[in-house]
Amino acid sequence: MLTIKDLHARVEEKTILKGLNLTVNPGEVHAIMGPNGAGKSTLGYVMSGRDGYELESGSIELNGEDLMELDVEERAQKGLFLAFQYPVEIPGVSNMEFMKESVNAMRKARGEEALTAAEFLKVAKEACKQVNLPLDFLKRGVNEGFSGGEKKRNEIMQMILLQPSLAILDESDSGLDIDALKVVANGVNSQRDGKRSFIVVTHYQRLLDFIEPDFVHILSDGKIVKSGGPELAKEVEATGYAWLGKPEEAGA
Amino acid sequence: MSEQIEKAISRKYDAGFVSDIESDTFPPGLDEDVIRRISAMKDEPEWMLEWRLQAFRSWQKMKEPDWAHLGYEKIDYQAISYYSAPKSMKDKPKSLDEVDPELLRTYEKLGIPLHEQKMLAGVAVDAVFDSVSVVTTFREKLEEAGVIFCPISEAIKKYPDLVKKYIGSVVPRGDNFFAALNSAVFTDGSFVYIPKGVRCPMELSTYFRINELNTGQFERTLIVAEEGSHVSYLEGCTAPQRDENQLHAAVVELVAMDDAEIKYSTVQNWYPGDENGKGGIYNFVTKRGIAHKNAKISWTQVETGSAITWKYPSCILKGDNSVGEFYSVALTRGRQQADTGTKMIHLGKNTKSTIISKGISAGNSSNAYRGLVKMGPGADGARNFTECDSLLIGDKCAAHTFPYIESSNPTAIVEHEATTSKVSDDQLFLCQQRGLDTEKAVSMIVNGFCKEVFKELPMEFAVEAGKLLEISLEGSVG
Ligand SMILES: Nc1ncnc2c1ncn2[C@@H]1O[C@H](COP(=O)(O)OP(=O)(O)OP(=O)(O)O)[C@@H](O)[C@H]1O
Ligand SMILES: [Mg+2]
Repeated sequence: MLTIKDLHARVEEKTILKGLNLTVNPGEVHAIMGPNGAGKSTLGYVMSGRDGYELESGSIELNGEDLMELDVEERAQKGLFLAFQYPVEIPGVSNMEFMKESVNAMRKARGEEALTAAEFLKVAKEACKQVNLPLDFLKRGVNEGFSGGEKKRNEIMQMILLQPSLAILDESDSGLDIDALKVVANGVNSQRDGKRSFIVVTHYQRLLDFIEPDFVHILSDGKIVKSGGPELAKEVEATGYAWLGKPEEAGA
Repeated sequence: MSEQIEKAISRKYDAGFVSDIESDTFPPGLDEDVIRRISAMKDEPEWMLEWRLQAFRSWQKMKEPDWAHLGYEKIDYQAISYYSAPKSMKDKPKSLDEVDPELLRTYEKLGIPLHEQKMLAGVAVDAVFDSVSVVTTFREKLEEAGVIFCPISEAIKKYPDLVKKYIGSVVPRGDNFFAALNSAVFTDGSFVYIPKGVRCPMELSTYFRINELNTGQFERTLIVAEEGSHVSYLEGCTAPQRDENQLHAAVVELVAMDDAEIKYSTVQNWYPGDENGKGGIYNFVTKRGIAHKNAKISWTQVETGSAITWKYPSCILKGDNSVGEFYSVALTRGRQQADTGTKMIHLGKNTKSTIISKGISAGNSSNAYRGLVKMGPGADGARNFTECDSLLIGDKCAAHTFPYIESSNPTAIVEHEATTSKVSDDQLFLCQQRGLDTEKAVSMIVNGFCKEVFKELPMEFAVEAGKLLEISLEGSVG
């Protein structure tokens, strides 16, 4: 479903991704780990087409389609979802309104009828309960005044509502208490249906106790330097990244 | 709502068409003779003409104000025509059937159906076209409740005592340059009178349309709410798209007697000019209300149009415990300039005022908030809260805040908060990643920013206002 070939990409004149390869098949969960600054978030941004993140060479295909040809919202409409490492606030726009517009934009792109307010309210309430947020979070402004953990759960709620075919979770487990961690994991697990795929970026083996990945990759200095099964995450937890050595300075 | 929005987004200045209507228009120029002719056209009593002439004489001695944060070429007051009316209105149509269908079509196109069957339920409309009122709907129904809602030109003849008593009582003839000009040449506008203890049974609204080239529009609105009465009034404004600037100088006076409440909302969408600043309406408006004991005056404005906006709806809180409110959204884009805000003059004890101003600037525009909060010596325990937020879209626009506070009472409390923010790339990216296109994303963010003000608008118009923002924002994101 997802094929990334020899991806080189830069932000503001600085090359961050330096020959990254990754293949994700339908139904698979891939965990990506790696030191701070390795380029994990950058990968998510490049895939979703964020402004300022430029492709130098290589390709990204989702379900046989060249993603680089598409705008951010078109990629989203094709089923690509990014749960943000740092979710941003949109004051005054209620969560409910935001997600309804979002869900209906996706439905429209698929040629489906928009959900009515009542229909949407029903599914939204379900999703809200599933991530263990009180229902008044639907009325509050998007991420407005949410705690760190609440923001992360809100991202998962959006994922549940949008049912993407490929979801990238960028450190959705950072800063979570153990109950919230289970909520995030359950969110992912409830969506695993053998077709939907996930890329889970994390620093901690702990999340992977709840979401069992099919593959674990280590991303370092813009490349995937090692891939393996769940045991690789345990190895990282035990030994850290010292074995990677110092990343080469680009151009130095 | 989103359906309409999608449709709205694909259009530019929606109201920019010109109606092909034969008009009687005065040649450009202004002198006492012109004023006599306006007064004669309206068949006015002598006292009204005299009042106009005195206003004109004081205007001639006044200087155009230049303290606002606005730049524009000097207006040539002799190059403007001061009266224009559709020819068909000369015979004073008695009913809708007699009104020129082209006129009715104009309002229909603007989304204001005047035919009985199609009228917005629960909203009475006075439609003013250039210098005359075309039609006022639901009049009988209002009369049953004792409410007077009619063109001011008619009120001058039918209710001279009321008009004489209140006209100029809140905004005196010589109050300022533009108010004096208006007092001299005002052509039409609405008159509203709510008797003691009556809650007006429906929303009242006036729809102003400038059509003729080179004519100014000078309307005058007077609303009197007697003791314990209640009224909600809304005005809307549009004009054709033309290369020449046109002048609009209105005066609005509100009188809220003891325990009365007046809610006055404006959705202003005059033609703003093109992206290079050619054309557009110059909008110089004086709006003021006086609140007696326990009375409340609430101004809500959504200002998206006009090349230049100079406007400070104000409240004189004369009676003890009276309340003044000002909720404003002012959006500028292209080369638009706005200098707008309010004055809250606290005279009575325990008077309260709230100011919420939301300025949105896009393109090369400039948007200034100017507000005065004055606590008089008798304003014991008075309170004001001001919140002034600016939102910038892009980096070529500007936002300014000029708050003035004058307090002569140590027990009065004035609070002021101000913020400036930008539509951030992060917010846009989040929306797009969730499948929304840029226009939709920006309008959603802007609507969220304006929420506190929109919720003050009457229901029907809140949707309208949101739509207006979307249209106005089109093309402002690059
Ligand atoms: N706008 C930018 N300008 C310059 N450098 C940037 C910019 N954005 C990201 N970088 C750099 O790119 C590198 C990769 O950043 P990225 O956020 O992808 O790392 P990460 O692997 O997600 O790290 P973390 O684990 O800390 O979240 C970092 O060195 C970062 O400083
Ligand atoms: Mg990161």
